[in-house]
Order: sequence, then C-alpha cells, then structure tokens
Amino acid sequence: MNLAIKDIRHSLGRFALTSVGVGMLLMVVMGMGGIYRGIIEDATLLIDRVGTDFWIVQRGTRGPFAEVSRVPSNLVHRAMSVPGIASSREFVYHTIQREHNGRLLRIAVMGLSWPMDKGEWLTLTAGRSLERNHFEMIADESLGLPLGTVIQLGRESYAVVGTTRHLISANGDGVAFVTVRDALDIQADAPGESIRLERAAREARGREFELVLQQPGLLSNAERPSMELPAVARPQLSAVMVSIAHGADPDTVAEVLGGWQDVSFFSKQGQRELLLKGSVEKVRRQIGLFRALLTTIAAIIMALILYTMTLDKIHSLAILKLIGASNTLILAMILQQALLLGGIGFGIAIALGDRIFPLFPRRVIITANDLGGLALIVLGISIASSLLGIWKAVRIPPGEALA
Amino acid sequence: MNSARPAWAIETEGLTKVYGSGNTEVVALRDVGMRVRPSELVALLGPSGSGKSTFLAAVGLINAPTSGRVRIGGRDVLDGPKALIDPRTFRRRHIGFVFQKSNLIPFLSAVENVRIALQINGESARAGRRRAMELLDYLDVADRADHDPTMLSGGQQQRVAVARALANRPSVILADEPTAALDSRRGRQVMDLFRKVAHEQGAAVIVVTHDHRSLDLFDTHYEMEDGRLREIAPSTEPA
Ligand SMILES: Nc1ncnc2c1ncn2[C@@H]1O[C@H](COP(=O)(O)OP(=O)(O)OP(=O)(O)O)[C@@H](O)[C@H]1O
Ligand SMILES: [Mg+2]
Repeated sequence: MNLAIKDIRHSLGRFALTSVGVGMLLMVVMGMGGIYRGIIEDATLLIDRVGTDFWIVQRGTRGPFAEVSRVPSNLVHRAMSVPGIASSREFVYHTIQREHNGRLLRIAVMGLSWPMDKGEWLTLTAGRSLERNHFEMIADESLGLPLGTVIQLGRESYAVVGTTRHLISANGDGVAFVTVRDALDIQADAPGESIRLERAAREARGREFELVLQQPGLLSNAERPSMELPAVARPQLSAVMVSIAHGADPDTVAEVLGGWQDVSFFSKQGQRELLLKGSVEKVRRQIGLFRALLTTIAAIIMALILYTMTLDKIHSLAILKLIGASNTLILAMILQQALLLGGIGFGIAIALGDRIFPLFPRRVIITANDLGGLALIVLGISIASSLLGIWKAVRIPPGEALA
Repeated sequence: MNSARPAWAIETEGLTKVYGSGNTEVVALRDVGMRVRPSELVALLGPSGSGKSTFLAAVGLINAPTSGRVRIGGRDVLDGPKALIDPRTFRRRHIGFVFQKSNLIPFLSAVENVRIALQINGESARAGRRRAMELLDYLDVADRADHDPTMLSGGQQQRVAVARALANRPSVILADEPTAALDSRRGRQVMDLFRKVAHEQGAAVIVVTHDHRSLDLFDTHYEMEDGRLREIAPSTEPA
C-alpha cells in the first residue's frame, strides 16, 4: 500500500490541476532554453550553409554579418589569383524594409554570384534554384512569400521560384536569395524623383568640368543610369568568399591574404565567433539569466506547493506517527509525491511545448541534451522543494493527532 | 513478554507533569500512581483541564512526564536502567490509541486504515489484509471496509479506530473520550466494544470519559481533579 499514491488518488482533481500548473511552468523554462538554442542556430545557419573557407571583408570591419562591409568588386579576381584558392565568389548582403501587399516586410537580401552559384547548395522546401540571371528569387518561408509570388522591389518585379526554411539573419529577418546583380539593383534602387534629382546634379557639376567644356557631347552621359557611367567604379560588394583548393594549405593562403593591406579576412569558424560574440551575445546572456531566474522561481513554487500539500496532511501525518510510523515512511511519502509531481509536470511540459513552440515567430530548438539537462534540473527541484515539506513533517508532534 | 505475563499491565508511580515555567507554569499531574491489570477496563473521569489527557500522553509515550515512572508489562519505559526503548517502536508494538474524533486517515479506506498499522509493524500485505478484514468483522463494520472515512457514521468510524488500535495485538489500549462525538446509544455500543476487547483480547484498557451512563460497564473507576488521581466507587458518581 503506497501512501503517496493513495493520497494523490484521494484528491486527484487538485493534483492534476497542480501538475498542469507545474508543467506549464517547466514548459516556459524549457522554452527559454529552446529560444536560446534557436538564436544561436539561426545566427550561424547561414554561415554554415554557405560553405566557404575564408571571408574577405573591408579592412578593420567585422562584416559582413555583424556589421556593414564594403569591398571593391575587382577583389574577386585578386583573390582568384592567389595560389591555393579554388574559387572566389562575390558576396552581397543587406537588409531592406519594404511594403508588400500593405504589409511591412523586412528582407535580408543575399546575392548569389551567377553563374557560378545558382543556389544549388540551399536545401529547398519547394521549387527550384535560380535558372535566370535576373528577376528570380529564392525566399525563406518565414518571409511569407509562397512559390510563385511576384514581389515588386524598386522598379523591378521578382518571382519566387524556390523556398527555404530557417534561413534568417541574425536579427531574425528571412533571407531572400537573388543574383548579385539583382541584389545590387535592389540596394541601389531609388524612387524616380531622387534619380532625376541626382542626374540633374550630375549635369550641373558636369557643366563646370573643363573636359565637358571642351567636349560638350560628354554631358549626355550624365543622363544615363549611374551603373552604365564610364569611369565610375562598379558597385561595391559586401565581401568575397573564397574556397581553398583540395590539398592546398589553408595557412599558406591565410598568410597571403594577411599581407593585403586594404582588407581583413576571417575563417568560417572566425565568422561564427564574430556573430556569437557580437550581436547575439547580449541576447544570449539575457535569455540565459532569465532562464536561471525562471528555474529558481519554479523551484520556489514547487516547494510552496509541496509545503501546502504537507500542511494539509498534518493531522494524517500525526496519526501515522502516533501509531508508530517512522520518519523514513513519512519522508518517502513526501519525496515520492514531489517526484511524481515533477515527473508528470515534465511530461506535460514536453507535450505542451511540442504543440506550442512551433507557433512561435522564431525557432525554439529543444535538443535531446537540453531535455536531459532539464530532467536533471526537475529532479533536483523536486528533491530540494520536498525538503521544506519534510522539514515540517518531521517536526509534527504525534500528540497533534489527539488535539 | 506474553509468556510470563506480569501482574500489572500498566504501573505509574509519582507521575508529575509541569507545563511551562514562571508565570505560565501549569501543574497538570501531581504525584499520580495507577495500576492496571491485563484485561482490566478502567474509566478515568474528571472535569475539563484536570489532567486526563496529559496522563494518557505520559502512559502512551507521547509526551514524557516531568518526573515519575511508567512501567508497561513490567518494563520501565521512561529513563530507568531498563529503558533503552524507542517510544515510536514501543507504541507501534504495545499500545493502541483511540481518541475523540478524526481518528482515521482521510485518504485511506476503512480497511486501509487498519492495514496501515499492520504495514508499519512489518506485516506482509497479504497477512495484513486478512487480519484487517478479521478485525473489521470482529467489530461489525466489515460491510463498510472499502468506504472512505467521510462515508462512515461516527459510530462506524470509532469501530474502525478500535480495529486499528487492536491491529498489532497491543497489551495496552488508551482511549481519550472515544464516545464524545456519539449519541448515548451508540456511545454505549462503543463502550461495550472496549469491554469486549479488554476481556477477550486481554488488553489493559483506560478510557477517559464524561459519559456517566456507561460507567456500569467498567471494572475500575478513577477520578482526576486538579492533577490528582483517586479511585472512586461508581456509586459515588455525581447525578
Ligand atoms: N501543551 C500544553 N502546554 C501548556 N499547558 C498545557 C498543555 N497541555 C495541557 N495543558 C494544561 O494542562 C492542564 C491539563 O490538561 P489536559 O489536557 O490534560 O486536561 P483534560 O483533563 O484532558 O481536559 P479535557 O477534559 O478538557 O480534555 C490544563 O490546565 C491545560 O491547560
Ligand atoms: Mg483531554
């Protein structure tokens, strides 16, 4: 005859309600851990997927993810000439905030260096990779742009030809992949009025230029799109990604790149750390602290619940002591109830979390390791919180039963 | 201890109990001596606050007296040379308790309330179940064995409490106003039960009671007044 279970069965409704409460509390503790994992995973997923060995960025910056970086486009060719580098690709990455169908849309636009890179490395949930060098887009599901959507960005329309999952920027904005040319256009795209103003200013400046005074025909160039202007540098890239040739020594390549005075470079691992130490670090610490706080609160609440459960049983415990029950029996009863409450609460937390977490706007990742850790925490909380009840129970005088 | 049964099941000598100290000092027992034979049914009368419950607590090893001796079955159970006993273990094996009300553990059924006393004493589940049912049958409440205490009448609850007190075949049964919550007819039935238990099971039974109508059932009568004990003849009872 197990007293813990007999007692619970006697007030089953109350115990069930309490378990659900504890379960929801534990679910929040679990969710906090999952959000923490999600943020790390989201921040580094793109870097991991892009699959490049070195990132060459603007000198002194920590780009292109953690901050803005600008490098000249001819850097791609310079990098290609370094012995041991197998491929060198343009990387364009910037965030835009536009309106689409009356809804505000933040997009992290990433350029793929057509024709080398058509996005074949992306794991698509639907559709295909890019097949044309213009006006096609692979959009992350989180942007809410299903396959076939046509979205107007600047003066051009882009058709969504493929979708990905979980590819988002460190800020949580979904990534859209287009060709590098399109990405630059989207970034440079300006409303008609500002373009007219810029052309007018260019013309005004040109009029005072000595060369134009000698050759007036040149002035007609000022009306052409800025990208087509001769003697104007090609638009800048965010970074250049290079892959080391098979069998080549990364250290030798690193030595060459290190000698370039106008750029900095990072390994893939270095990029990860930049992100985790930089933008993500504070969020990570904040959530970590919040989680610790929640765990403490859960422990306190469970201790109070078990304490009141013990208080309700004082008379019964006194009777048991009067008829000669040992402290071990009473201790076992309270501990078993604590473990049962913790265990059932944990089960409810998992069951509820499974249904609720997918509805969150950002990913909540519950790993088996984290679950195991939480199980240990719940075990610890259950034991610790039963101590208060046990402390009370041991002190009940058997004479209390006579009162 | 059953083999060579001593003449006295319970012996107290010079029991004194002082609660508190200084201004709040209360002397609840003054030099109380009582001897009870096996199979003897003793009534303990007296006004409220006279020290009856305090006396039972001292004999039942619940609350030690300030001074004096208690011998149960010839063994000194307080700090005499032969003491060396754990009060809890001793209570479990040798003493049964019945009190005024709420004797039963509310989350256990009638039969489980009896079984728990056997389980605590190390009885196997099977043997415990059998003995518990026998006892309920003996006390005429076997048909309510699986009921929760709240579903039993006051009289039935006290019968189950007596069954539990008997579970481990104690040599002493202490009852503190066991019929206070019952009407006089049911009260008398329960007192009759104590008589049966004392005479058939050989236990020494002390019952604290205010119920003068059942006094004829008892073998011996004592009255407590202001902490002092004296034996009375039932005919001297107040009207
Ligand atoms: N724990 C305690 N602390 C202080 N004084 C106490 C305590 N328990 C009992 N007393 C006092 O000791 C005296 C005897 O109390 P006791 O409970 O033994 O009386 P009683 O005869 O059982 O009374 P009743 O018939 O009302 O149950 C009373 O004056 C009471 O106030
Ligand atoms: Mg009393």
